[in-house]
Amino acid sequence: MDGILDWGILDWKIRNPEIRNPKSEIEVIMAVKDYIRKRFFPHMWCPGCGHGIVLNSLLRAVEQLGMRKNEIVMVSGIGCSSRISGYVDFHTLHTIHGRALAFATGVKMSRPELNLIVPMGDGDALSIGGNHFIHAARRNINITAVVMNNRIYGMTGGQYSPLSGFGTLATTAPYTNIDQDFDVAELSQAAGASFVARTTTYHVKQVIDLLKQAIQHKGFSVVEVLSQCPTYFGRKNKIGDAVEMMEHFKENTTPKGSKAKKENPDLIERGIFVQKDIPEYCAEYSKIIEKVSG
Amino acid sequence: MGKKIKFIQGNEVVVEAALYAGLDFYAGYPITPSTEIAEHMSVRLPKIGGKFIQMEDELASLCAIIGASLTGHKVMTATSGPGFSLMQESLGYAIMAEIPCVIVNVQRGGPSTGLPTSVAQGDVGQALWGTHGDHAIVAMTASNHQDMFSVTVDAFNIAETYRTPVILLFDEVVGHMRERIFMPEPGEIPLMERLRTSIKEGIDYHPYLPREDGRLPMSDFGGVHRYNVTGLAHDMWGFPSNNPKVVHGLLRHLIDKINNNANQLLRYKEYYLEDARTVLISYGASARSALHVVESRRRRRGERIGLLELQTLWPFPFSIVRQKCANAKYVVVVEMNMGQLLQPVRMAIDPPEKVYLANRIDGVFITPTDIRSVLRLIQGKGM
Repeated sequence: MDGILDWGILDWKIRNPEIRNPKSEIEVIMAVKDYIRKRFFPHMWCPGCGHGIVLNSLLRAVEQLGMRKNEIVMVSGIGCSSRISGYVDFHTLHTIHGRALAFATGVKMSRPELNLIVPMGDGDALSIGGNHFIHAARRNINITAVVMNNRIYGMTGGQYSPLSGFGTLATTAPYTNIDQDFDVAELSQAAGASFVARTTTYHVKQVIDLLKQAIQHKGFSVVEVLSQCPTYFGRKNKIGDAVEMMEHFKENTTPKGSKAKKENPDLIERGIFVQKDIPEYCAEYSKIIEKVSG
Repeated sequence: MGKKIKFIQGNEVVVEAALYAGLDFYAGYPITPSTEIAEHMSVRLPKIGGKFIQMEDELASLCAIIGASLTGHKVMTATSGPGFSLMQESLGYAIMAEIPCVIVNVQRGGPSTGLPTSVAQGDVGQALWGTHGDHAIVAMTASNHQDMFSVTVDAFNIAETYRTPVILLFDEVVGHMRERIFMPEPGEIPLMERLRTSIKEGIDYHPYLPREDGRLPMSDFGGVHRYNVTGLAHDMWGFPSNNPKVVHGLLRHLIDKINNNANQLLRYKEYYLEDARTVLISYGASARSALHVVESRRRRRGERIGLLELQTLWPFPFSIVRQKCANAKYVVVVEMNMGQLLQPVRMAIDPPEKVYLANRIDGVFITPTDIRSVLRLIQGKGM
């Protein structure tokens, strides 16, 4: 799980081609570049933002799964996280605030063979889009929802989100936030998602691994990635810069079911919470078509 | 005209017409008085390999059909006032991203929850200016089942041709009423398919670069061209842009593609207008009462009175209204609202003082007697 260290070495090897690399690593890097729309870089995220790590991990997951670009549709809503769809060379649908999963449901239902990936921010997914989120989970439609949770509305300048948590500060909670937050993993499980996982931008290999499993999973899958917003959440709450925020992720999370969690219940668990095989929505509808047509 | 006769509800006519037009994806949410459309769709669609889904709300319903339209399907949703209000944001999205779709609003009494099972025509203005931002919209209606069928097929043809949402503003009376309809034979009404790009794989495809005639060849999601669709102001690649020239060009394109083709979008019917000194202008269920008044007055007292029944409400047919009312002494707009179509009619007619309103807003269907009493006041004659 030494994410940062690993990336450093990889970058260093790329910049120094005289150092002999294992061929596969180079190939991965080149391939990831093939999945982006270079025309639209540089991206609009702030320096230190965690969303770029999620983008990179997502592309690695897609590359490692050997998926073709034409078979992926990325649907996103509104917010910092949702701009991710502009940067990737898939079929991309940048929609309205909170409703990405509803659009994605239409795409998936009409063309079930396409792979749907829906990156969302915490406010997008669980505040304005909360209803669509729980109902997509309940239907168990084969869509991968990536909740990039930075606990703040970044695009509008740092207002509290339903995941900011009690006692945090935000531009609309100047005297501390009295809103309780959701636990995305518990909420998703209760709503019926058949794959639920959580990790952080610090644990970058785990992000790739979980995304791969989520994309391969037949059913509604949720991957919550705790992502840092140093510009608003970090600064306002005095957690520090991007590096310090990522260290915070390292220190305050623990693998699911670990001994550390029993000793310190405040730790946030990482890993897979649910992975079950239940009827998938589009497959079930196909059965109905088969039954009543002809 | 087809040989097969049916005696069905207006909402069912919409379903039959949509399937005739090639619809194969429907998403909706139950709401009176449009629910029968969803019910019939859920029965019919899987039988032909189409898809029906009941979404969690009306917001999601319109979003879902927009998604399905992008993969190359003909799509529709149906609702009533409260649901139509919820759809306004994604309606704007469909306009901005130029996604063909048909939205049926079987109107009921409003505002708010209003009168769920009673008739009204109060959403006419909302259809035009309900969603935010400058735009143009196509909204159509009909007063009987035969017209409902052809107007619904037209709505799909227009949506696919101009890549735009089309709103069908029916009302509780035509939606729930049962009457005879001759089902058109396949091929009797021509069907339009959306223009698809002929650009081959690997060649740069510009999804938002209109041809000279303003039409945009489309590529289905999941096909060989990968592009971005957004509700942000965008350039010819579909990428966000705030370049003033690009934004100006985009808005002009969105508005011009409708307004410049207003003649192609225009549907209306006229009754006894050749010699009419009094012209009633009406639409939807109200036009049934208006026609009754016109025919009985002509028959009983030989009055020179006629009816202009509008089927295309937006873009508003200014020139037709002006032309048809040129010789009229009185023009009476008959509708079930406080004069939402009265305003554009007054703008079309000179002098506007000769335009009157005969209306009803209490949830009761406007009767010939209601119209006659207004005519009596205007014409100053006893009956």
